[in-house]
Amino acid sequence: MQSQIPLYPEQASNFAPQVDNLVLFMMAVCLFFAVVICAAVIYFFFKYQRKSPGEIGVPIHGDLRLEIAWIALPFPLLLAMFGWGAAIYVDYRHTPTDTLDIYVIGKQWMWKLQQPDGRKEINELHVPVGRNVRLIMASEDVIHDFAVPAFRVKMDVVPGHYNTMWFRPTKTGQYHFFCSQYCGTNHAVMGGWVTVMEPDAYAKWLSGSSGSGDPVAVGEKLYNELACSTCHLADGKGRGPSYYGVYGSKVKLADGSTVVADDAYIRESILQPNAKIVAGYQPVMPSFQGLVTEDQILAITAYIKSVKDQPAPGKAGSEPATGKK
Amino acid sequence: MSTAPQTPQGGEKLPKEHYLNATYGIRSWLLTTDHKRIALLYLISVTFFFFIGGIFASLIRIHLLTPGGYLVTPETYNKLFTMHGVAMIFFFLIPSIPAVLGNFLIPIMIGAKDLAFPKINLLSWYIYLVGGAFVLYSFATGGLDTGWTFYTPLSSIYSNSAVTPAVIGIFINGFSSILTGLNFIVTVHTMRAPGMTWMRLPLFVWAHYATSIIFILGTPVIAITLLLAGLERMFHFGFFNPAYGGDPILFQHLFWFYSHPAVYIMILPAMGVISEIIPTFARKPIFGYDFIAASSIGIAVIGFIVWAHHMFLTGQSTYSAVAFSFLTFLVAIPSAVKVFNWTSTLYKGSISFDTPMLYGLGFIGLFTIGGLTGLFLATLGLDIHLHDTYFVVAHFHYIMVGGAIMGYLGGIHFWWPKITGRLYPEYLARIAAIVLFVGFNLTFFPQFILGFLGMPRRYHDYPPEYQVLNVMSTAGASILALGYLLPMIYLTWSMRYGKVAGKNPWPATGLEWTTDSPPLTENFHETPVVDWEVYDFVHRPELGLQGSVSKKPAPAHGDD
Repeated sequence: MQSQIPLYPEQASNFAPQVDNLVLFMMAVCLFFAVVICAAVIYFFFKYQRKSPGEIGVPIHGDLRLEIAWIALPFPLLLAMFGWGAAIYVDYRHTPTDTLDIYVIGKQWMWKLQQPDGRKEINELHVPVGRNVRLIMASEDVIHDFAVPAFRVKMDVVPGHYNTMWFRPTKTGQYHFFCSQYCGTNHAVMGGWVTVMEPDAYAKWLSGSSGSGDPVAVGEKLYNELACSTCHLADGKGRGPSYYGVYGSKVKLADGSTVVADDAYIRESILQPNAKIVAGYQPVMPSFQGLVTEDQILAITAYIKSVKDQPAPGKAGSEPATGKK
Repeated sequence: MSTAPQTPQGGEKLPKEHYLNATYGIRSWLLTTDHKRIALLYLISVTFFFFIGGIFASLIRIHLLTPGGYLVTPETYNKLFTMHGVAMIFFFLIPSIPAVLGNFLIPIMIGAKDLAFPKINLLSWYIYLVGGAFVLYSFATGGLDTGWTFYTPLSSIYSNSAVTPAVIGIFINGFSSILTGLNFIVTVHTMRAPGMTWMRLPLFVWAHYATSIIFILGTPVIAITLLLAGLERMFHFGFFNPAYGGDPILFQHLFWFYSHPAVYIMILPAMGVISEIIPTFARKPIFGYDFIAASSIGIAVIGFIVWAHHMFLTGQSTYSAVAFSFLTFLVAIPSAVKVFNWTSTLYKGSISFDTPMLYGLGFIGLFTIGGLTGLFLATLGLDIHLHDTYFVVAHFHYIMVGGAIMGYLGGIHFWWPKITGRLYPEYLARIAAIVLFVGFNLTFFPQFILGFLGMPRRYHDYPPEYQVLNVMSTAGASILALGYLLPMIYLTWSMRYGKVAGKNPWPATGLEWTTDSPPLTENFHETPVVDWEVYDFVHRPELGLQGSVSKKPAPAHGDD
């Protein structure tokens, strides 16, 4: 891309300068110690060359003060590295609230990515510059890992879990993304490009989409096809709890605890319905493991997310689509 | 080798009777309970696996010369790096120093006739062979493509390769490690010669004691983990498969609970070797003996509580990541203590250029780089970027090849006169050591940069901007390969034609250097009594060095 031997990857996200500054600090500290040790070894090696075949060295057995010194003195430096690194990591694992949410599904050996409006991409990701982007990631099969070196971020994509990662692109351009966790035969070609665009270019790009496959509409259709609607009535009087306004709310469970109904909770409730039983209901729901794909779960989640309030009286789910929010 | 003619030069003569010529015939080797012969059996077997693993490595490097990868198919490439890892880690690095040098030397170093359980020692070798046979069967019937880490559900469900026999082979091989560790611990506790107190133990023995603790406590965990993965593969149990309610992350916890300490299984014995070489060729006591001994135990203990630093990006909780990062920084301290002490040992020494010393000094430099780059990976914020890239590959090769194999080769050269009774050609050996050092750095240093640039590991294909650094790495690997072939050739040659070494050619202070080279089957003509401190050159007039005074007034035991 740039020179013949690149030494520095591009900096294109909010994390890149943070990570690089820490790298420079650690390089400085580590180079200092490496140079001191190597210089000492080389200096002693030549300075104390054996002069005659029978010569022996000066019998020095050790020095307690030195031992304490070289245990104690580097310790603050280690703490600084640890603390600085932990600060970046905590920031990275703590997603801001105002994110643009992209759903990512890894499968052998491709990435399926979905914009909030439902536009799907394969091995391509378009994001606007300067906006916090959150990737909500699931795997159809083995463990993958979504890595963008120019952003200095990556996160494993684990079957059975939702993992999230976030970043804020700071520079327009095209950047590699890779699968970074070995996932089988074509692991090395399971990658693509992140395109960071100006916000209006991004909006224009989005509006150029066909609009087919709006996730809320797809989700609602699935909701009826899979017969979720026969039990999960809107008023909560069916055999299952109501899904209206459940997303993001606190749900009371039969064992007395509460959970926040997030993406992972909804996913789990579909695949392992008996893992968490809502208070006041019986564990009667069958598992949908193997009957729905990760794509479909995302669509159903999007639909559940979209229905915020109790509907007008009548059977929920069987009404015609009310459109998008 | 046992019938080699005695060469007159140097005035030294091979002893008339020693462990190599005590008995003859293939049965006398295959049914031996002599720890020295078993060590040689191991030497041959681990060299065989090193050779196999090395061939895989060469093919990997040739394949990576060009982006797009034209030499082998993606399936084959994935099998090559998996089999390279399995052969090198489980069948070369883990057994190499303990089962070859440890087996040969620990009883002699502490003044014993053999290990505590000689028959179990032989059993360990047969178990190793059976495990190795299963793994070779896996290689021969198509190989496996899971990576040496066997991450589920790839290994347990999705891979279409010969995973099951490999997993069974590694499971079986684990018992060899456990029995060896048990044997060492019991031997060190119960069979030390009169006067060989704990604080007079050579640091090589301390390092193996620490390693044996890991063998015993860690190996059962990897055995059961791989067994579970194998059962899931064969019978579709749901331990790790989310489709049956299992958790693939559980596998990683179990796997790294052993496999991180296993890194210390590989490096601690090498540190033990270096702690013998440096005082010998600086001709002075090692600096901070008790700190080096304690740091071996410290590494073994702390090494058990850092495993989840391999999993910072699996979605583990932020708190647990912060805790494991901190614990990982702690393990840096005993490692650094060792490096500082080795360096200080050189101060005011009487230093020689002998080959083992070149390996020793090379080890200090390479291990320092390997250890310091480990700090980058322990730092949470940097691991986000560097995890699963070539930076990791470079880091652990600096520890395992730059550290463990340099230590192994240094030790092989250092004790070769004791093992075979003959010296290797010194100048050729020095050249080989330098070739190895240069080739190693040229191979693996560019990989740090590749990793920082973001090139993921285990890629059969890569974007073209990474090519220059890959070409450098492959060029280095060809030099490195030459560096490995040279010792194989001249060491074999020297078994027949090398100069006769005599009891103590360097001279060194350990008990193993007071007996014949090669030693008797019983190691010593009579039970030795130790009345000198460890690495003491001053009070050892029998070494024939200048400035030595007669033994200081003996503290506890009479003169022999």
